[in-house]
Amino acid sequence: MPAAPLKNVTVSAPDGPDDSAKETLIEVRDLSLYYGATRALTQITLPICPRLVTAFIGPSGCGKSTLLRCFNRMNDLIDNVRIEGAVRISGYDIYSRDVDVIELRKRVGMVFQKSNPFPKSVYENIAYGLRLQGHRNRADLDQIVEQSLRSAALWDEVKDRLHSSALGLSGGQQQRLCIARAIAIKPEIILMDEPASALDPIATARIEDLILDLKKQFTIVIVTHNMQQAARISDYTAFFYLGQLVEHDRTRKIFTNPTQKQTEDYVTGRFG
Amino acid sequence: MNRPPNPAPPDSAKSFRSERFDFASFFFTGLTGFATLLIVAILAVILLNIVVQGWESLSWRFISTIPKDNFFDPASTGVLPMIVGTTGRVFVMTIFVLPVGVITAIYLTEYAPSTSPLTRFIRAAVNNLAGVPSIVFGLFGLGFFINFVGRNLDALLDSPGPTWGQPAILWASLTLAVMTLPVVIVATEESLRAIPPGLREASLALGATKLQTILRVVLPQALPGIMTGGILAVSRAAGEVAPILFTGVAYYMANLPSKLTDQFMDLGYHVYVLSTQSPNIEQTRPILYATVLVLLMLTFALNFTAILIRARMRKKLRALG
Repeated sequence: MPAAPLKNVTVSAPDGPDDSAKETLIEVRDLSLYYGATRALTQITLPICPRLVTAFIGPSGCGKSTLLRCFNRMNDLIDNVRIEGAVRISGYDIYSRDVDVIELRKRVGMVFQKSNPFPKSVYENIAYGLRLQGHRNRADLDQIVEQSLRSAALWDEVKDRLHSSALGLSGGQQQRLCIARAIAIKPEIILMDEPASALDPIATARIEDLILDLKKQFTIVIVTHNMQQAARISDYTAFFYLGQLVEHDRTRKIFTNPTQKQTEDYVTGRFG
Repeated sequence: MNRPPNPAPPDSAKSFRSERFDFASFFFTGLTGFATLLIVAILAVILLNIVVQGWESLSWRFISTIPKDNFFDPASTGVLPMIVGTTGRVFVMTIFVLPVGVITAIYLTEYAPSTSPLTRFIRAAVNNLAGVPSIVFGLFGLGFFINFVGRNLDALLDSPGPTWGQPAILWASLTLAVMTLPVVIVATEESLRAIPPGLREASLALGATKLQTILRVVLPQALPGIMTGGILAVSRAAGEVAPILFTGVAYYMANLPSKLTDQFMDLGYHVYVLSTQSPNIEQTRPILYATVLVLLMLTFALNFTAILIRARMRKKLRALG
């Protein structure tokens, strides 16, 4: 494995959501993950293409969130986690010893299942990641905050209350704020762990519209329990069961003509 | 759909009315209520007694006077040096105990591996520290702070006579800080653990280091809880006499303490002195009551100040953070 720093990498991606794109941004190779003695993921091999939406589906406990958290090394926070195999982003093994996890997380953003805005103002929530990187110039901050909120389709709703607490926003607004916060530091990849599971259908629809809009700039990997959601927004879908990748293909194929019987049973609602 | 006909109810289910008086329930309600009432009554008797008896001798002159030679004389005595001493030692203690306690709690909750035997040993040690009798802390303060730290400081600094190696407000405050350390550690640990893990994850996922996450997200959220620990420590320390007995309190001083190496007079200790050393108990009784009342009021005032600060922090956190 070449020991190059992660940040010197640029990604060239196809211009549009081209289903035939065969380029790989995230490459998962023979990845197994253990919590102590329990194996949660078994030999996953999976390519994820740039500037497309990839959905992870599967019943609870199938390992899809665990896999998602491998991509920004959030699993590092849990004691007794052991990993075999490799995850490469733009060709670099993110589990190699010389990778700077902080740098990795700046490039691989994450939106969580439960919206988790900081108990700070709307403005300070967005500015948080920027301040961490040493941005001090007020005008720059103002500009990036506005731009991020606009990208997250939240600007018009919060522009008059930028300096009041983010905890006063509705659940859907809070989740879009978390998305705005993630994109403010300009990652390449955004991981979303069931971002709409706690929201009502209208707020969910807005998040889905947002995802379709964001994939022009970002590579999105989303874990979802909502099969319709996966069908609506993703270009590729991976189906997991009991820690194994059962099938990974274009979303259209997974939902209309899956190769595996298990996949068919799951997407048609016969189990899970 | 065919439903079987309802079976006739068995005889015993005819009525839900209780056949017999639930004596256990009645007895237990009465017992718990009586215990509560007893506590309230005891508290009321103590407070009323002190307020009623102490109020007569309480005056601005009493509060603002530094007593001359004979502080048993109700006409000329005062408690200003004791108020200054008690307030001072509590204040200095807070300055030491809060940072040390908070930093220890941060280590235990954020850094120490939670399952390691060493962490468990440290936690057990902290809890045991809370159970040590306060007179033992007093002896510890004398042995460690004065005889060891103080005397070595004197030797190191080439003091002409014992400057550090003698009882002082500094050593009394440090002894109290050691005694109240567990209170602050436990309260801070609880408030750190109460912070939703999602906030830490959000910060780390944005590329924050652990230290940045603790300083910018975790600690601001935990401040009101840390203040609660401070309030408990102040309450505990304000009325304690045993830990300062050998470490700094003076029977009588003509002047107010002006530096950390001075001895000081103390309200709690003065209560002890008035009630045991007086040549004329009947004559001293009114000022004894008044001194106790001042001690109570001072403790409440210190607590109230801390509670006010905490309330303002909470309000600020809710408004913005």
